[in-house]
Amino acid sequence: MFIYGTALLAVCHLLGIVLGDMLGLALGVKANVGGVGIAMLLLITLRIWLHRRGLLCSTSEGGVHYWGALYIPVVVAMAMQQNVVAALRSGRVAVIAAVGSVVVCALFVSFINRLEPEQPEQPPQDKTA
Amino acid sequence: MREILEKAAKENGLIVAFAIVGLVVLLSGFLSRKLTFGRVQGSAIAILIGLALAWVGGKITGGSKGFADIAFFSGIGLMGGSMLRDFAIVATAFEVQAEEAKRAGWVGAIALLLGTVLPFVVGVCVARAYGFTDAVSLTTIGAGAVTYIVGPVTGAAIGASSDVMALSIATGVIKAILVMVSTPMAAKFMRLKTPRSAMVFGGLAGTVSGVSAGLAATDRTLVPYGALVATFHTGLGCLLGTSVLYFAVKAIFPN
Repeated sequence: MFIYGTALLAVCHLLGIVLGDMLGLALGVKANVGGVGIAMLLLITLRIWLHRRGLLCSTSEGGVHYWGALYIPVVVAMAMQQNVVAALRSGRVAVIAAVGSVVVCALFVSFINRLEPEQPEQPPQDKTA
Repeated sequence: MREILEKAAKENGLIVAFAIVGLVVLLSGFLSRKLTFGRVQGSAIAILIGLALAWVGGKITGGSKGFADIAFFSGIGLMGGSMLRDFAIVATAFEVQAEEAKRAGWVGAIALLLGTVLPFVVGVCVARAYGFTDAVSLTTIGAGAVTYIVGPVTGAAIGASSDVMALSIATGVIKAILVMVSTPMAAKFMRLKTPRSAMVFGGLAGTVSGVSAGLAATDRTLVPYGALVATFHTGLGCLLGTSVLYFAVKAIFPN
């Protein structure tokens, strides 16, 4: 049943948010700590567990995949409600700080990813990479 | 006639949003094929159109929620709000290869820490260069360079003034938009190809909205890996911003 998948997703989502809030409270932060990430880990774990027991039929999985497929449209809707006007109007401090941090982070991403061997699944010849 | 349409749109906000977003995605797919011959991904164009519409909406209404502030299109606010965004992000975890994610776990954690500290340092330096001297303002602007949620949460916790808070939020929003737009362009340079590289990116680039949109516009299959790490960003930022980072700034710039 389609709804089983969606309900599984909903339960993971809610559990993640609640656990994230509790973690935030425990750490004394006024924010959710990794709630969505925890929800994702829960969903990954539950999927593997249910698969092993053969409890997840492909129709039920469809109830999750549908929402995963809606992801890009949701992101487009998110882009539509950014405060672009304020962002473009704000002073130089904000623009320079934002550009600076994006550039620095991009350099680090590039650096760290260049340390990764080209094709990790290939036999050990490329150890120098 | 106008009233009937308006009533229908207001009572079916989310449905209007589905139709509008569908149209935008359709149009951008067409533009991607005809104008760029598939070189620029359809979703990247869709996000750009979305941002352009957000600008239009902001100009017309003077509000802060872009296109969603136009009464007719208020459903966009629900569709692109944090509830459905997070729901869809969690759903993408269904495609994650657990082994891949596990193998890159520690690199992701390092990237996450760097992704908090580096933007913070940049933000503090820029604020300092522009004449801010007190530790509270410096920390708040630095935290805004992490994400636009970390900024105000940190600022509120350490007692920043409201104009500094606004500056801090603006920094975070500009960063998120920059990441959305520039990721597909810089994907080759950043070697965004593997799940591991997406996790490094998710940790360093921060901002769930920037990372999720940037990866969506680059390679849809990488989204869950980047998002998995990026969602810890806000929490870690708020944790460090109000504690270690604030104390560090206070020690370096006593006044």
